[in-house]
Amino acid sequence: MSDNKTIEKKESRRTFLKKTALASTFATLAACGSDSSWEEFFQKNFKTLDDDDKNKIIKRLEKKYTEKYGKKFSVSGKDPIDDTLFGYGLDISRCIGCRKCVYACVEENNQSRDPQIHWITVLEMAKDKGVDLFHSHADYERELVPDDDHFYFPVACQQCENPPCTKVCPVGATWKEKDGIVVVDYNWCIGCRFCMAACPYGARHFNWAEPNVPKDEINPETHYYGNRPRPKGVVEKCTFCVQRVREGLYPSCVEICPVGARKFGNLLDPDSEIRYILKHKRVLVLKEELNTQPKFYYFY
Amino acid sequence: MATIQKNIYIFFMALIFILLIIPNTIFGDNEKKETLIQVPPPPFSEDIFPCSECHSDMEPNPERRVLEEMHDDIILKHDENNRWCLDCHDLKNRDKLHLANGKLIDFTESYKLCGQCHGPKLREWKNGVHGKRTGYWNGKKTYLLCAHCHNPHSPKYKKMKPEPAPDDPMKGRR
Repeated sequence: MSDNKTIEKKESRRTFLKKTALASTFATLAACGSDSSWEEFFQKNFKTLDDDDKNKIIKRLEKKYTEKYGKKFSVSGKDPIDDTLFGYGLDISRCIGCRKCVYACVEENNQSRDPQIHWITVLEMAKDKGVDLFHSHADYERELVPDDDHFYFPVACQQCENPPCTKVCPVGATWKEKDGIVVVDYNWCIGCRFCMAACPYGARHFNWAEPNVPKDEINPETHYYGNRPRPKGVVEKCTFCVQRVREGLYPSCVEICPVGARKFGNLLDPDSEIRYILKHKRVLVLKEELNTQPKFYYFY
Repeated sequence: MATIQKNIYIFFMALIFILLIIPNTIFGDNEKKETLIQVPPPPFSEDIFPCSECHSDMEPNPERRVLEEMHDDIILKHDENNRWCLDCHDLKNRDKLHLANGKLIDFTESYKLCGQCHGPKLREWKNGVHGKRTGYWNGKKTYLLCAHCHNPHSPKYKKMKPEPAPDDPMKGRR
């Protein structure tokens, strides 16, 4: 008799634990926010998925964003173009520091307006100091630019060939694509910000709050790794406008630059503008000594 | 028997050769066409072109002078001590420009005129380094003429008001 009782007790304890475990799982799920669906919660790392699964996720996201912003959204999952390695050139003798690129980028890539996120930082440097980050300012306010005693040095993601940021990601949510663009899977990012600490260029930005983009200003032509709306608590960065360049278009900052200081092209094509620059101009990369091997070339 | 085999062999070799050649020529050509220079119309002031509309009834005066009745809004700041209107604009054909050797060119080809003095800049412009290109990095591009950014009469690029500075990173945390 007593044996039976202990067995009964054991069983009830087991069921109790089971129930508690289940309840706490649900509680955790519920706490993850009403925005995220079951599918989103159990979604795997995007780069490990096959085309079918990717398409399902893309369809789901398109539906979600269309409902949220009241605009027909398209989310592309386009793979890199074959035989392409993107490179960027910036003529520091021509940049006038007008910051048009900064705001063109914000509009194209749906960066949060408040709290403010800018993927491009334009630094003002004194002509008598040269390229000297320690004496540079991003917050210059001037009636007219360029100032006679200063030159301007825009910095965004340098799309390193040897990127320190991807190495430190504990979950593999950021990596370098075949065409050289370093991307982030916003759905896989856990928001630990190790990559921000590892990046020597300050090119990664964290969504401290739910990104805030007015409905009438949102750009509905997006890419999964690029300008699609981001959730709170993930890291984002410049992707050379992956949604544009994989369609053959120039990045948004190249299109807007009023002085044509920004150049873009395929490093593997010997006839491209960027290869001409590397061959004929005086080229420097930022923080060369760190061996990050940027594909963002400053020239003059 | 041997001749038939030989003929068949020759026929197939010719076929393979043709198949190899044709796509190369067609697609090779297409690729070149895509990267052709495309220049938008020159930035004329409103209702100013064609110049001959007014000038055809006027007696041409080749004497160097300060213009007072018309075009007095133009202030030449482009080697003004050595040059004046008719060094670039043509006296006889008012709708054209002329090179130093007297050759007439359209306003759409004005880069040839600029390139007479600014040779290295013209070379860089042709290679897409100086000047601005928009459109497709792997296809059709739109160029701008020199005159789209540099007023030919006063070519120094004008200063402009910058967009607002970024928010203080410590905003709301102080």
